[in-house]
Amino acid sequence: MAKRKNILPGFNISLGFTLLYLSLIVLIPLSAAFIKTAEISFAEFWQIVTAPRVVASYKLTFGASLIGALINAVFGLLTAWVLVRYTFPGKKFVDALVDLPFALPTAVAGIALTAIYAKNGWIGAWLEPLGVNVAFTPLGVIVALTFIGLPFVVRTVQPVLEDLEAETEEAAASLGANRLQTFTKIILPAVWPALLTGFALAFARAIGEYGSVIFIAGNMPMVSEITPLIIITKLEQYDYVGATAVAVVMLVISFVLLLAINGLQWWANRNNGADR
Amino acid sequence: MHMLSIIRQFKLASVVLASFFVISNAAFAETSLLNVSYDVSREYYKDLNPAFIKYWKDKTGETITIKQSHGGSSKQARSVVDGLAADVITMNRSPDIDILYERAKLIPKDWQKRLPNASAPTASTSVFLVRKGNPKNIKDWDDLVKPNVAVVIPNPKTSGNGKYSYLAAWGYVLKSGGDEAKAKAFVTKLFKNVPVLDGGGRGATTTFAQRDIGDVLITFENEIFLIQKELGADKFEVVYPSISVLAENPVALVDKVVDKRKTRAQAQAYLDFHFSEIGQDIAAKHYLRPQVESAANQYTSTFKPLKLFKVEEVFGSWAKAEKTHFADGGVFDQIYTQ
Repeated sequence: MAKRKNILPGFNISLGFTLLYLSLIVLIPLSAAFIKTAEISFAEFWQIVTAPRVVASYKLTFGASLIGALINAVFGLLTAWVLVRYTFPGKKFVDALVDLPFALPTAVAGIALTAIYAKNGWIGAWLEPLGVNVAFTPLGVIVALTFIGLPFVVRTVQPVLEDLEAETEEAAASLGANRLQTFTKIILPAVWPALLTGFALAFARAIGEYGSVIFIAGNMPMVSEITPLIIITKLEQYDYVGATAVAVVMLVISFVLLLAINGLQWWANRNNGADR
Repeated sequence: MHMLSIIRQFKLASVVLASFFVISNAAFAETSLLNVSYDVSREYYKDLNPAFIKYWKDKTGETITIKQSHGGSSKQARSVVDGLAADVITMNRSPDIDILYERAKLIPKDWQKRLPNASAPTASTSVFLVRKGNPKNIKDWDDLVKPNVAVVIPNPKTSGNGKYSYLAAWGYVLKSGGDEAKAKAFVTKLFKNVPVLDGGGRGATTTFAQRDIGDVLITFENEIFLIQKELGADKFEVVYPSISVLAENPVALVDKVVDKRKTRAQAQAYLDFHFSEIGQDIAAKHYLRPQVESAANQYTSTFKPLKLFKVEEVFGSWAKAEKTHFADGGVFDQIYTQ
C-alpha cells in the first residue's frame, strides 16, 4: 500500500502524541470505571443503578442541566449579541464578567449563590414572601447550573456573530424582511451550529457539576440529590463498585447525549451549507 | 521513527519524575510523623502537636516534626488504604480505622485493644443548639418530632456527625422503653422535620447559623462550643437532651507504615501522649470530653454530666449499625423511599 502523502509534515508523530495523550488523560481513567464495574454481575449492576434514589437523581441532574443549558442558550445568545453589536461604556468590563464562572472555584460560587438565595439573603428575602424558595430546592440546582454554564454559550456564539456582517442584515431589511424574519432567516441559521455547540458544552458541564450544586441543593433524597452526590455518598461508605456503577451509567448517558447533539450539529451544518 | 522520539520523550519524563521523588525523599530525612485525621480536629492538633514535640525533645533529645492531613473522615481513611503513608490515624468513628484492617491489612483486627479505653482518648456527644430564648421550647428528643419544628442534621450517609445524631435519636427511644418499631417511627418523623441534609457537620452549622434555617441544630458538643465562641453566645442556647450517644474519637498507629519508616517508638509515644495529663487538658480546652477518668473528673463543670450510651451497647457494633441503618436500602434510605 502506497503511503499517502500529506503536505503538512509531522502527521504521524502528532497523531501518535494525540492518541497517547488522549489515552493517558481521558481513556485510561474512564476505562478503569468500566473495569471496576465488571466486578459485579449485570443483575447486581442493574439493581444499583435503578434504585429509586438513584433514578430520582438522574432525573434531577439531567433535567436541571437541560433547563440550565436552555436558559443559557437564550440569554447567552442575547448577551453575545449585545457584546458584539453595541458599544457602551464598561463593555470590556461586562465582557470580562462573562468569564467569571469559568475562573471562580465552584464551591465559592455555590456558597455565594446559597447566601444570596437563602431566605435571609439579598434575593431570597424578596422571593420568600412570594412563596418561592430557591436555596435548598431543585430550583436552586437549576440556578447553580445556569450560573456555571453561561460562558460556554457566550464564548462559542460571540466569534460567529462577529464574523456575521451587519450588511447582511441591512440587505435583508432593504429587501423587505421585517425584524423577526431577519432574525429567524438570516441570523439564526448562521449562529445555529455555534449555539448548539455552546448548548452542548453548557449541558455537559452541568451534568458533571458537583461543587457549586452541593451547597445550594439541600441534598434531600428523592428530591434534590444530584447523581454526583450519589457517587460521593457511595464512596463515603467504601462502596467503590456501587459508585463506579452509577458513574458508568452517567458516562453512557452523557456520551449518547453528546453524540446526539453532535449529530444534530452536523445535520444543521450540512443543511445550512446546502441552502447557500 | 516517531516511536523512537516518543520513547525519548518518555525517558525525559521519567528523569523529571525521578528527580521529584529524590526531592520528596530528602524532605523525609529528619524523623517525622504523618497524622491523618478528620476534618474538624485541626484546632486541637495545632495545640497538641507542639506540646508533644517539646515533650519528646525533653525526653529523648530527638527533634521530630508532625505533619497533619485533614479532610472528610472516610476520604482520609481511603487515602491511607490506597497508600498514603500515615504513621497514625485519628478519626471520630472506629469504622474509619477498621477499614485499614479490612481493605489493606495495615493494622491488626484488634487494634482497639492496644490502648486504654478502646483506643479513644477523647469523645464528644450529640446535643442541641436552639435560637436565643428557645422560641419553640425544645427540651428533649420528643420535642424535635413535633410539627412545625425544623431540625438541621448533617447527612448520615456522608457524615459521621449525622450518623451519631441519628443513632442518638434511635437509642433514646430504645432506652426510654420503646422497641425497634417505635424507634423507626420516631426517627422517620424526626427526619421528616429536616429541611436540609448537609454533607458534613460544618455545612450544617453554616445552614443553621448563617442561613437562618431550622429551629434546632443537632451536632457534636465541641462544635456547639465552637459556634458559641465564634458566632456569639448571645444568639444561641445549648439544650442537653436527657440521653445521648457517646461519640468516641479513636486513634491508632498504622503498623505497616511505622515498621517501614522505623517510626514505631515515636508514633506510640505520640498516641500515649493523647492519654497523658497534658494531652487530656488540651482536649478539654478544645471542648472534647477527656476520657481518662482522672482528667474527666476535673472537667465536670465544663462538660455537663449526661446519660451517654455507647454505639456498641445499643447497636451491637458499628458494623451492625452501618449495615442496618446506613447501607444502601437500609433504614435511613427507607425513610425517604417508602
